[in-house]
Amino acid sequence: MVNKTQSRDARNSRDSGAVKKQQSVQQTSSHRYDVVVIGSGHNGLVTASYLARAGLDVLVVEKNDYIGGAAVSRNLYKDFTYSNCSYVCSLLRPEIMRDLELPHHGLQVIPYEGGAVLMPGKQFLGSSNNHEIQRREFAKFSIRDSEAYDRLSRDVIRQCKFIKPLLLRTPPDPTSFKPRDLTELLYLGQKLHRLGEKQMHETMRFWTMSVSDFLDEYFESDLIKAMYAGSAIIGTALGPKSPGTAYVMLHHFMGDVDGAVGAWGFARGGMGSVTKALASSFRAAGGEIRTGDGVAQIRIKGGKAVGVVLESGEEIKAKRVISGADVRRTFTGMCDPSDLPAEFLQQVQNYKARGSSGKLNIALDGLPEFSALPKGSPFVTGDMHIRDSMESLERAYDDWKNGSWSEAPYVDMLIPSQIDPTMTADGKHYMTVFVQYCPYKLAAGEWTDARRKAFGDTVINAIAKHSPNFKSLILHAEVRTPWDIEREVGLTEGNIFQGELTMDQLLFNRPIPGYAQYHTPIDNLYLCGSTTHPGGGVMGAPGANAARTVLGDIGKLSRSLGQPSYRSLFYKSHGRTAKPIKAMSVAGSAP
Amino acid sequence: MMMRLSPKPALVKPAPDHFKQLLQESPFAKRAMPLCRTRDVMNWNGFALVNVYSTVEEEYFAIRNRSSVFDLAPMMKYRISGKDAEAYCNRLVTRDVRKQKPGRVSYVVWCDEAGMVIDDGTLFRFSATEFRLCSQERQIDWLLDCALGYDVTISDVSESIMALTLQGPTSASLLKLCGFKGVENIKPFEIKDWKIGKLAVTVSRTGFTADLGYELWVDAGDAIALWDLLFEHGQGRGLVPIGNEALNMARIEAGLLLPGIDFISSMANVRMGFCRSPYELGLDFTVDLAKPHFNGRAALVAEKQNETSRSKLIGLEIESNKPVNDSIVYSDESCQTEIGFVTSAIWSPTCKRNIAIAQINAPYYGTLTQFWVELYLKRELTWQRRVLEAWPVERPFFAHPRRRQTPAGDY
Ligand SMILES: Cc1cc2nc3c(=O)[nH]c(=O)nc-3n(C[C@H](O)[C@H](O)[C@H](O)COP(=O)(O)OP(=O)(O)OC[C@H]3O[C@@H](n4cnc5c(N)ncnc54)[C@H](O)[C@@H]3O)c2cc1C
Repeated sequence: MVNKTQSRDARNSRDSGAVKKQQSVQQTSSHRYDVVVIGSGHNGLVTASYLARAGLDVLVVEKNDYIGGAAVSRNLYKDFTYSNCSYVCSLLRPEIMRDLELPHHGLQVIPYEGGAVLMPGKQFLGSSNNHEIQRREFAKFSIRDSEAYDRLSRDVIRQCKFIKPLLLRTPPDPTSFKPRDLTELLYLGQKLHRLGEKQMHETMRFWTMSVSDFLDEYFESDLIKAMYAGSAIIGTALGPKSPGTAYVMLHHFMGDVDGAVGAWGFARGGMGSVTKALASSFRAAGGEIRTGDGVAQIRIKGGKAVGVVLESGEEIKAKRVISGADVRRTFTGMCDPSDLPAEFLQQVQNYKARGSSGKLNIALDGLPEFSALPKGSPFVTGDMHIRDSMESLERAYDDWKNGSWSEAPYVDMLIPSQIDPTMTADGKHYMTVFVQYCPYKLAAGEWTDARRKAFGDTVINAIAKHSPNFKSLILHAEVRTPWDIEREVGLTEGNIFQGELTMDQLLFNRPIPGYAQYHTPIDNLYLCGSTTHPGGGVMGAPGANAARTVLGDIGKLSRSLGQPSYRSLFYKSHGRTAKPIKAMSVAGSAP
Repeated sequence: MMMRLSPKPALVKPAPDHFKQLLQESPFAKRAMPLCRTRDVMNWNGFALVNVYSTVEEEYFAIRNRSSVFDLAPMMKYRISGKDAEAYCNRLVTRDVRKQKPGRVSYVVWCDEAGMVIDDGTLFRFSATEFRLCSQERQIDWLLDCALGYDVTISDVSESIMALTLQGPTSASLLKLCGFKGVENIKPFEIKDWKIGKLAVTVSRTGFTADLGYELWVDAGDAIALWDLLFEHGQGRGLVPIGNEALNMARIEAGLLLPGIDFISSMANVRMGFCRSPYELGLDFTVDLAKPHFNGRAALVAEKQNETSRSKLIGLEIESNKPVNDSIVYSDESCQTEIGFVTSAIWSPTCKRNIAIAQINAPYYGTLTQFWVELYLKRELTWQRRVLEAWPVERPFFAHPRRRQTPAGDY
């Protein structure tokens, strides 16, 4: 399950994200942790940090030699830093950044100004945070669309306002009559009611319709539609015409940089800065991280999780085990089937986590020129996309269905080193290239080095069509397929969200109906990764929600508080400055 | 029968390097900007527009005492023409457009299906089949949505037609000096064309100041010629260019509303329940429920019948002389019961009254005669709280009889 060669490769590389194995900590087999967290993805670390701050004795075990999961920065070539998986940051909940003091531990998110869609024939559609520039860019293609975009923003913000408060709440179980579930259902109902009847219909439609149908209600220009549709198919094994994709777009709009809804930014130093700050915050609260030795098995005794067995054979005892890996990896990879209900295991097996995205990280000898984009324009500073129509996006999806990577892929590329001076040496640049679609399994057979190279070349050639000097600048390229992403990060089939974000796998259905509240059929075994509500992206909300659930279970959290903001759950306010407190004094008893 | 599809307006091609300029330049900028001694410029609808040229006082008093000129370049202008233009406009706005004769302007509002105001503006009728709608906010998306099934052509002429608004007691006599023969005879809300040499100008007796005044419309290419014509003859009549701040004072005195200030367009509204109906904005006179179906009619009929208006924009007068911008309004001096808030406020230099436009919730509007307004004053860096008494008054706060007199004199 864990690929040893991969870990060794990583050990040899100059890896800025690597954490030295903590040899000093000699685990006597009698030591029993309060909590063992499986995986040092950002969600695992969020859960671990909250629990450590509540006074628990917490250990994080990571199979890789470096921490971060899909929020990682690595040096694979000279002094270039890559954001190997995720590359832009906006979803990370500000409440979590504040609670865990991430800015203090080195995290800084920096915004970028613009972006562009590159089309054949030196045409382009620019995007900008500046409303006037954006409007004029849209007006190049349709004067009507240049105004309709205000209407779209309004409607999307309305939906975001409805969903945002749900992110940091445990979804209710609609079949339960427990007071908490009823209160939560009521809360949902009230929020819906407050939207008004018309908006309620809109919400229902939004959650189920295809992004193509949705955009048809706003725009006439196919290109403008295609520009928006990109964020609806990213990481999703669906095409723009598939129902459910409108929600995926919304999911991407949810983030904010300094309060501007939908704005995206870079984490200074790459996405690994998120997990590095989390690890630092965790250690400051007394937490311990072990890398380079993954969990082979979760130990279950009498229906209760009691610890983990590592790949190396070492056994670690714990009162509670929390898995930051996805639901399929956790239950089909680390559990003995005889400990699990058959029906549950069936559902886990059927959980949709289909890989559809590839990634290239490229070290460049200089800043590439894009023939369409005017020199000095802000459009190069952010996300540049290659695509020309809704139809071409759908065709790209067809290729994936047929078991091959898209001949004309949808490409989302950025050059963060233009804004972030820490990524490369002066004059050099780092380019991140996200590619949709790329399959986990090829119809032609296994992924081989030759096929991986062919996939990479397809992408590089697609970019080179828009940038004549691009190829000559390439110093090194890391090409990653969903299959590679699974091997390295553990994401099942390389699905970037730890399971798709479709209605049947959202809210109280995520990951498995009946187990949407971070609990599992095994006592004392929890899930905290993106596989749980509210889903994928570097958001941290699943991890925070899981921590709250665990604290609730051990009576370190006042039930009567319900679900107010995190500050009130984990901090006690002393006048002007809020100080972290070790244990929750509310509702008394120790575990 | 095939439903007619909405017409597709022509593209406006921005310059390839338009991103270098965050704000667009007005065609009057060559003349206006050198006169702007404060360098105080604002963003109005994507245009860089002068906020204050010299001092607000001088500019404000020019409106009430001499002649003032204000650049209307950022105003949105839509040409609506075709066989069904009247029927189209009549379904669009809440007023009865059939009663509006060619050569007349009317103040109109338009609503969505829920009877919530999208925007207000002026509707010019040039002939049986040609109209022009002027508004502050961009409307093409909505106007085209509404065109489905009508034989009309709608085009955005905002950049091809430019206007200056000339307001003040000497404005009619100034126009006469410029060669607009007989201009004193046009009535309020009337439109007339003139040819001054080679310059074609359409004059409408309209404005935003509740005073004597005109709006002058020319092709964009003639903008500078129009400016020069006015300033060539302006000296004797005391012509002064004015910025947004002075005009805003005059419009508050006139009791007129601004979208984004006094109400939120339902097209821009995010939080449910924050937009308002024409009744709630105190614009009852613009709604004609007797005319056939129009956008929002059913909702407005219900609101009227069931008396379900949630609030009302009313005029307030407040003790003291400190403008009560952004203040919350209470029904009691102890500020226990919050009943609304101020949307616009100034100390009116002409009326010598402290005035405000305020949104007052039901059931307090119309019944209460005494309100309390909470004001925070910064005095030498120190904040002080004041609770001031206020009482409802009629809008407009200022309306000089000369604004209606025809023929217009040289006041
Ligand atoms: C290519 C790519 C691009 C993306 N782009 C973005 C983006 O730009 N913005 C954004 O917000 N999101 C993006 N995402 C999604 C986002 O990165 C993920 O949803 C998120 O990082 C998942 O975090 P997690 O903590 O839930 O799980 P993971 O990051 O998957 O963490 C799970 C951890 O568990 C470890 N693990 C697995 N099995 C074991 C075991 N047996 N023993 C011990 N440890 C184990 C793994 O090594 C890993 O460290 C992207 C993802 C990918 C793959």
